[in-house]
Amino acid sequence: MYISLPDRNARRTAPRSAVPATRVSSVVVTLGIVSMLTDISSESVASILPLYITGALGLSTIAYGFIDGIYQGVSAVVRIGGGWASDRADRPKWVALFGYGVSALAKVWLLFATGFAAIASVIAIDRLGKGVRTAPRDALITVSSDDSNLGRSFGVHRMLDTVGAAVGPLLAFVILYFLPSGYHLIFIVSLACATVGVILLALLVPGRRPRRESATTGAAARPFRWRALAEPRLRRLVLAAGVFAVLTVGDGFIYLVLQARSPFAAVWFPLLYVGTNVAFFVFAVPFGRLADRVGRTRMFVLGHCGLLAAYACAALPVGGAAITIACLVLLGAFYAATDGVLAALAGEFTPRDGTASGIAVAQTVVALGRLLGSTGFGFLWFAVGSQLAMTIVGVALAVAIPTVLLALRPTMGARTPLETPPSKGPLA
Amino acid sequence: MNRRTRIAAAAISTTVLLGGAAAYCVLAIVESGAAGAPATAHSGDAIGAPEPDGGATVVFRNTDTADGYGFVASVAAQDPRGDRAISDVQCDRVYAATAAGATRTICLRIDRGILTTFSANLLDETGSTTRTWPLPGLPSRARLSADGALVGFTAFVTGESYGSIDFSTATQLSTTDGTDFGNLESFALLIDGRPNSAVDRNFWGATFTSDDTVFYATAATGGDTWLVRGDLAARTLTSVRKGAECPSVSPDGTRIAYKKNVSTGAEARWSIAVLDLATDKETLMPDDRNIDDQVEWLDDDTLLYALPGERAGDSDVWAMPADGSGAPELFIAHASSPSVVRR
Repeated sequence: MYISLPDRNARRTAPRSAVPATRVSSVVVTLGIVSMLTDISSESVASILPLYITGALGLSTIAYGFIDGIYQGVSAVVRIGGGWASDRADRPKWVALFGYGVSALAKVWLLFATGFAAIASVIAIDRLGKGVRTAPRDALITVSSDDSNLGRSFGVHRMLDTVGAAVGPLLAFVILYFLPSGYHLIFIVSLACATVGVILLALLVPGRRPRRESATTGAAARPFRWRALAEPRLRRLVLAAGVFAVLTVGDGFIYLVLQARSPFAAVWFPLLYVGTNVAFFVFAVPFGRLADRVGRTRMFVLGHCGLLAAYACAALPVGGAAITIACLVLLGAFYAATDGVLAALAGEFTPRDGTASGIAVAQTVVALGRLLGSTGFGFLWFAVGSQLAMTIVGVALAVAIPTVLLALRPTMGARTPLETPPSKGPLA
Repeated sequence: MNRRTRIAAAAISTTVLLGGAAAYCVLAIVESGAAGAPATAHSGDAIGAPEPDGGATVVFRNTDTADGYGFVASVAAQDPRGDRAISDVQCDRVYAATAAGATRTICLRIDRGILTTFSANLLDETGSTTRTWPLPGLPSRARLSADGALVGFTAFVTGESYGSIDFSTATQLSTTDGTDFGNLESFALLIDGRPNSAVDRNFWGATFTSDDTVFYATAATGGDTWLVRGDLAARTLTSVRKGAECPSVSPDGTRIAYKKNVSTGAEARWSIAVLDLATDKETLMPDDRNIDDQVEWLDDDTLLYALPGERAGDSDVWAMPADGSGAPELFIAHASSPSVVRR
């Protein structure tokens, strides 16, 4: 069993001061690898699930999309619980480990599940685990990183995470290529990856105590209170993220618009998400670095210009290979510029004793906002047609970006040292 | 446990678990190596080779994991338990018919690879591909007209969506010699006499009649499904009956078999029903298992359909009298996607 106390004391001074500020902490890299393995595990199963349900179990996929929507809602609520538990106990690692462990256990059950209801339950448990672990994991990234490279740290983590999302489906289809009925092999590989992820997290990630650690540097150690989240900068950020989330339509809608317009996109429709993931992977680290340099708030807001440009590409009356690819790249760039950066900002804007809760609140608002936005967009699509619907959301986003930029201006002032980086720094 | 011990423990467990899983996969694949390629396949063998006595052949997708899993196979309709001829063509959904003595086959396929795509392929009697269409997702239904002149196929529009798009299908029709009628969404839809241009329209499960301008299909919008009658010349779809999916016209053209959602809850549960076109009388078939397939007519009195088997990936083809007078019987074990090739 890993004993955290002596080790933590030895390391508290080491990684945060001895390591140059621009290097990403090895803890962040380990967390990235854990996420990568867990994503391989989840995505390998998720990618073949429609195939397994329709082809192997002989069931219809109709019910699946519906249930998926409910899970997203459940996952969002559980996420706040995970953040709260993490801050309350001041043990983000163990709450994250619990979340990863639950997902790994779901994979064990998958080996024996045969009916649709059983598979739906396995997916639900997997999502619950994901909901619990996300905020404490991001809090661990925050506490393990230097303030000056927080954006980059999240960039590295999200990049590794995206690798997992790409490798998972690949691995699954390679297995099915060699053995068309080999679903059980995919489930076994999935379980192995999830288990290794849990083991790496348990053994290699130090159990930080953010509240106790910050207490030694000044403020009194007090139990977590929701009031810790009353920080005005966090409130403004969450509001802004919520507004943007409602204006973020699901990727699926954008792919459908592209498919209807462009023969190229129609042929490659099942693979469009790969293009978005590749762009996310490529831009995650550079955009994280850029965020550290130009200010993370600015990056978060201006990142939505990528989404706006993607809407513009999708709403254009012409469609071809170039427009389709541009749209996918812009979409990936948008995620790279906003996903990790939002967590970094939320972590930065909350006191150390409420980091996980702050991140959880921001991410939950975004998840629920997107669910709302996608549902609303579905109705709009139904009412006025895809192209006009896309244009309407695009115009709304075009208005929202400068408005939010103005509204968040006060939160940027606090970051002056980072917004004017030392020009002569060898590593800057 | 100090840091070095922990790193060693992590490295060992990583190696053991990932290596073990990889070794297990390789072993399972090698072990099935003989089964992966059909032992009894004859390269270039005709799909649904005619029976010596000139009788009908049943072409299907073989799901026998011991021999030629996923390959197109056929048996004599008179002797469905007899030896199956396994071709070297792999399909995920298949349908065959005879045109002027030559068998044509529509083969929907998941092109598994580093990047997985989906395609519909028209094959000639030697199994060579004469035409290919890309599909937007997982294959669902495939049909040819009895004379082999028309082809129709349905795929799910899958891709990778994040939860908001429930269910979408795309159905395309074409002549087998090259004229595309396009996606059914481009046809004019009339429901109870009123034009319907809702954006959530979906179409699936087309079937042809002896008249090469007339076909049937399923239309869905606003949570309801309709059996629709299509006109290829006028490019229209007209609703015939509510709550009927994946139609299949009997060889004599007097009846339509379809699947009907009999569930009262949120999750669908399908039974087979047969509609008499002259009297508009619907008869529910006595098989109360959940049947999600497009029925095929063995002859004017018998229905064929597939049901999942005990093992994941396996399924069996069942036969049942079309007047609802008798219980289902196992017709071909380890088979799905049946089609009857008549001479």
